[in-house]
Amino acid sequence: MLNLDFSFYRWDLISTYVLKGFYFSVFLTFVATLGGVFFGTLLALMRLSGRKWLDMPAAAYVDGMRSVPLVMVILGFFLLVPFLIGRPIGAEASAVVTFICFEAAYFSEIMRAGIQSIPRGQVFAGQAVGMTYAQNMRLVILPQAFRNMLPVLMTQTIILFQDTSLVYAIGAYDLLKGFETAGKNYGRPEEAYLLAAVVYFVLCVALSSAVRRVHKKIAIIR
Amino acid sequence: MAQLHWDVFCQNTLDNERVAGCFASGRDQTYLQWMLHAWGWTVSVSLTALLLALVFGSIVGILRTLPDNPWLVRFGNAWVELFRNIPLLVQIFLWYFVLPKIITPMKDLPPFVLVVCALGFFTSARIAEQLRSGLQALPRGQRHAGMAVGFSTWQTYRYVLLPMAYRVIMPPLTSESMNIFKNSAVAFAVSIPELTQFYLQAGEETSAQIVIYIGVVILYVISAMAVNRVMKVIERKTRVPGFVAAAGSGGH
Repeated sequence: MLNLDFSFYRWDLISTYVLKGFYFSVFLTFVATLGGVFFGTLLALMRLSGRKWLDMPAAAYVDGMRSVPLVMVILGFFLLVPFLIGRPIGAEASAVVTFICFEAAYFSEIMRAGIQSIPRGQVFAGQAVGMTYAQNMRLVILPQAFRNMLPVLMTQTIILFQDTSLVYAIGAYDLLKGFETAGKNYGRPEEAYLLAAVVYFVLCVALSSAVRRVHKKIAIIR
Repeated sequence: MAQLHWDVFCQNTLDNERVAGCFASGRDQTYLQWMLHAWGWTVSVSLTALLLALVFGSIVGILRTLPDNPWLVRFGNAWVELFRNIPLLVQIFLWYFVLPKIITPMKDLPPFVLVVCALGFFTSARIAEQLRSGLQALPRGQRHAGMAVGFSTWQTYRYVLLPMAYRVIMPPLTSESMNIFKNSAVAFAVSIPELTQFYLQAGEETSAQIVIYIGVVILYVISAMAVNRVMKVIERKTRVPGFVAAAGSGGH
């Protein structure tokens, strides 16, 4: 009746093709979040530095990244990175570089809002006890900004996890590609896509309920 | 450093001969014409999907705020969760491959319709979420005022709540409208001849990938800026003096 063949859903089949892709998707999400938050914070500090020569290039970078579709960014890096480093680069490595650079732009906007949410008095307090700019940022401002923004950062990470499926464009072997390969090899592409949707859905719902719990916890402490 | 061959846009797509004026006539077309044609696809996919997203997003957003209708609220919440937690690319594959297999009459639908459905429903969940928070951000007294003058629920929404809520959510609606143009790039995966697909095909044919890439990116940026301008004009024209300025000052 459904025209679907559910005998396709077997664990040995899944573990052969899908797990490898799943690990890469998780790895990519993890690395891009860490790298994105690190470079995003640097970009946010540049934008808030009050110096034009730091602010302008950071703003141009962030606005540029945010106005181009992610698929085009992925394709663009895949095209340009080999030109720049002078040798070919694998789809997976290219995806990692792309996502760090792309997510840095989005995380920088979040971190900027987080830093701006800290009352001015905190900055002055740090200065009053003789802290340098770096100490003030590292010990006083950034820990608070990071904590305030944790729910937003985590939500962005869920979006990032969904977006990793777009490495399809350059043929990197991620979770979706794993399902697709399994489906193609066994002549069951529709069943494979359906299962991919269910898996993404379950993972993302679980992650967002975790975010909600963190949000509640933080709201009480503050 | 590779040289940029800008004249690729003036080449005929069939024989790569340079066409004077960059616009070929008759059956022939230059890469510039092909790119503009692909832009047309991007714009029509995006605008149709935006229309669909606004209609369904509004309905679902309203359902989620209805008083004493827990099942409709639950339905609205489920809708949002469903379309928000599956990657857009996977949703496009669902619409394009899986649904036509389960529901056989859908096999006759053109790819354009399926992609527009995928993009539209995906965005509808986000618009529904924005409209819900916009409606809930209104003072409770607004709804009570509607009830006090004897409005039905429908009239309260039509004449009191929605006119304010839509104005409040104009800033997020603007960025969502820009997002839909960016997200339409994912349609390349099912061979819709839009800009990203054009880049992939023309880039392969001409080996002037960088130039074609730059052209495509410029068109995406122009589209996003145009949408931004239009939405800002609508926002300014519909502004209620004193109210929206205060409510909208949080976002940017």
